[in-house]
Amino acid sequence: MSASSALQSVARASSRLPKVHARGLCSTKQLLQPSKLLQTTSNTSASKVASSSRLTTNPAAFTAFLPSATRNATSDAKPQEMTVRDALNSAMEEEMLRDDKVFILGEEVARYNGAYKITRGLLDKFGERRVIDTPITEAGFTGLAVGAALSGLRPICEFMTFNFAMQSIDQIINSGGKTHYMSGGNVPCPIVFRGPNGAAAGVAAQHSQDYAAWYGQIPGLKVVSPWSAEDCRGLMKAAVRDPNPVVVLENEILYGQSFPVTPEILSDDFVLPIGKAKIERAGKDITIVSHTIGMNYSLAAAEILKKEDGIEAEVINLRSIRPLDIDTITASVKKTNRLVTVESGFPAFGVGSEICAQINETAFFDLDAPVERVTGADVPTPYATQLEKLAFPDADIVVKAARRALYKN
Amino acid sequence: MAPSRSATSSTRFLLRAVHSTAFRLQSTPAPQGHLPGHPNSPFLTSLEDSFFDKVRANAASSKSPDGRPGDGIPTYRLLDGTGKLLEGVTEEMIDIGKEEAVRMYEKMLMLPAIDVILYNAQRQGRISFMMTSHGEEGAIIGSAAALALQDEVFAQYREMGVLLWRDFPLDLVMNQVFGTEGDLGKARQMPIHFGSTKHHFHTISSPLATQIPQAAGAGFALKRTKGREDNVVICYFGEGAASEGDFHAGMNLAATKKSPVIFFVRNNGFAISTPASEQFCGDGIASRGPGYGMLTIRVDGNDALAVRSAVKSAKAKALKYHRPILIEAMTYRVGHHSTSDDSSAYRSKKAVEDWKRIDNPLHRMRNFLTDRGWWSDEREEEIKKHYRSEVIAAMGRAEKRKRPSLSSMFEDTYAEIPEHLQEQRAELARLVHLYGKSEQWSKELPKYVDEGKDLEQYRRE
Repeated sequence: MSASSALQSVARASSRLPKVHARGLCSTKQLLQPSKLLQTTSNTSASKVASSSRLTTNPAAFTAFLPSATRNATSDAKPQEMTVRDALNSAMEEEMLRDDKVFILGEEVARYNGAYKITRGLLDKFGERRVIDTPITEAGFTGLAVGAALSGLRPICEFMTFNFAMQSIDQIINSGGKTHYMSGGNVPCPIVFRGPNGAAAGVAAQHSQDYAAWYGQIPGLKVVSPWSAEDCRGLMKAAVRDPNPVVVLENEILYGQSFPVTPEILSDDFVLPIGKAKIERAGKDITIVSHTIGMNYSLAAAEILKKEDGIEAEVINLRSIRPLDIDTITASVKKTNRLVTVESGFPAFGVGSEICAQINETAFFDLDAPVERVTGADVPTPYATQLEKLAFPDADIVVKAARRALYKN
Repeated sequence: MAPSRSATSSTRFLLRAVHSTAFRLQSTPAPQGHLPGHPNSPFLTSLEDSFFDKVRANAASSKSPDGRPGDGIPTYRLLDGTGKLLEGVTEEMIDIGKEEAVRMYEKMLMLPAIDVILYNAQRQGRISFMMTSHGEEGAIIGSAAALALQDEVFAQYREMGVLLWRDFPLDLVMNQVFGTEGDLGKARQMPIHFGSTKHHFHTISSPLATQIPQAAGAGFALKRTKGREDNVVICYFGEGAASEGDFHAGMNLAATKKSPVIFFVRNNGFAISTPASEQFCGDGIASRGPGYGMLTIRVDGNDALAVRSAVKSAKAKALKYHRPILIEAMTYRVGHHSTSDDSSAYRSKKAVEDWKRIDNPLHRMRNFLTDRGWWSDEREEEIKKHYRSEVIAAMGRAEKRKRPSLSSMFEDTYAEIPEHLQEQRAELARLVHLYGKSEQWSKELPKYVDEGKDLEQYRRE
């Protein structure tokens, strides 16, 4: 891109600068629509760079989002980062731009920018027709979303947390999950149910339950549990584009966590396959499988095992609960012969229980030790900070379980 | 400030009276509230007068055309109990031609013709389950007749008549009920849980009232879909289902999101054995409509013409004002709740017979037609015989049909068939290939269309 055309681009872009909203909203997406901004150039990598400049949400850093600044950033190989929140936000925005039938509804998603700010800026960009605040009734708005999906639209239905989704679970499971089957394949339900799931901080029993096992059991639903910004972008896009109903289990504690992202991850068509796990850390001595926030403890535990015991743990990020990628886990167990599952859900009938059962079928003779399950405690989550800490796993517990599997306790 | 009125009974308080009181008070300007919930609510100082428990429609006469004294929300009606136009009812108000009126009555006869035969089929063990619509033919056909084919229907389970009005073939009815390979739904649902995208009839969901917020969503979708802006959704449910949480959630959503939905409540007096008097304490379901800011009408559900007129008007209002409408159709469930119920356990046979005699939607419609020379006894005999033989023939055809193919049972859990189900399908294919000719299997396989041969293509070696 020549200097003059770069200036042209900047001029074009600044004329479309969105008003910085009173609540500190700052949208750079419209500013840097790659296809429009870089019409004068056929440099496709530059267009990807432009879209990747939507990296932080700090309004003060606004001026850094001019194309020239971004191009310099990529030319020095410094890894770019993105929070989980922005990953989800950008993915939803791109999908809404791509398909007019996609819309978002839920409590506080519009004017308040989302209870956890995941839908920040979307009302300003798309208006009330696409981003809809609802009265306080999960049964009501979930039912409305399901009805809209059965009628050909593609809703993204946000729950303030999945704890409250229990108030509309019939709509999710009996109608969302089963209608395609019950109608003999005639009536699909292309809906996304999303929201924070599982452990939060200091919100006690009715705000901290993990529903992965509940939804994971239902034929007709797909269930994903993303961890990193890459996961969130790829799986949210996949979920919106999927003709089946998809439950996206996010985690509130992860919303503010940053992860490295590449230009590929930031591209409009970055879609991850639902049902494939990812090996986040290769190893040979033991397999640790987890999802969402459990990945933090698992990777930390892997570091401890390496430093203190010289053990190389292979850490697998499930990414999907349903379908469950048992093939990746099996291949890993055949290599390492030991398995630890890590989740924050209750122990009984959980994700780890299912993995144990399936590994029993696929890799029984490859196991040198029983499968270890690390789970949340079998109590409703307490409020007091220290008690809450004891109710959920951490890296030390994962290390302890791993050592047991390695006969090193 | 003087009390609003001299109340004789302190617990009865009509909202209409409140409004007229406020008007009187306007002449001496009274300070008004600023609360966001209702900025125009007038103030009262009488504590007893401030309590109320009745919702009235507009200040209607308390004396009805046939002289009965009334209280509570009035009921819209055009025909009397014998099918004669009520005093003051004109041809314009009826607004129906011979062809449509006759078609309505014919469908009102077709419905019980099917009901009787399928009910007996269940009793004979030929099908597993059946629910009849006896007593409610007027409400169902009357409402269906007021709508277009493209108006979306979310039903509960006692609305097969809507499909019949839309010319849903008898063969498809039978295929669904008998679970044959001719069923649109591939025999996945229990009997009378119909669904047909072509007839804009959404697949019936068993849990009660779940269709109510979904109907609000469908209305929302219609508003946003090119070419569908003149369509509405009609959502049927019974007065018992209106107790479910989803009713309240769905009504509120439809109202706040301005969905063009007609909520049609069949208040038929019973929810299995629970009489309406135990289902709710308010004035029926109609009293709830204004609570959601919804335009509401109570109609005589056994007066097919009044039902048709009410639904027609509701559709026009829903589209014009972008708001949902609540219609409460008062009717009576003559039959049992289903084949799993014997209603003589909780109501006398005499009570049912009395109802059938006093207020019969079929008789009223028939008399209306006969009075105009649009119907005759011969026609009645002829059509009843015709329907009976058609239904029996269709049933005979369906009963002989095979079950859906074996491979179809693995399909449709998702839009694409997942790997583990493909594996299971391949496994079944392997077993059928190996053992299909054994004595046991060779008797079983012919019951399925394609006799298991459809599995061959999925076999993996």
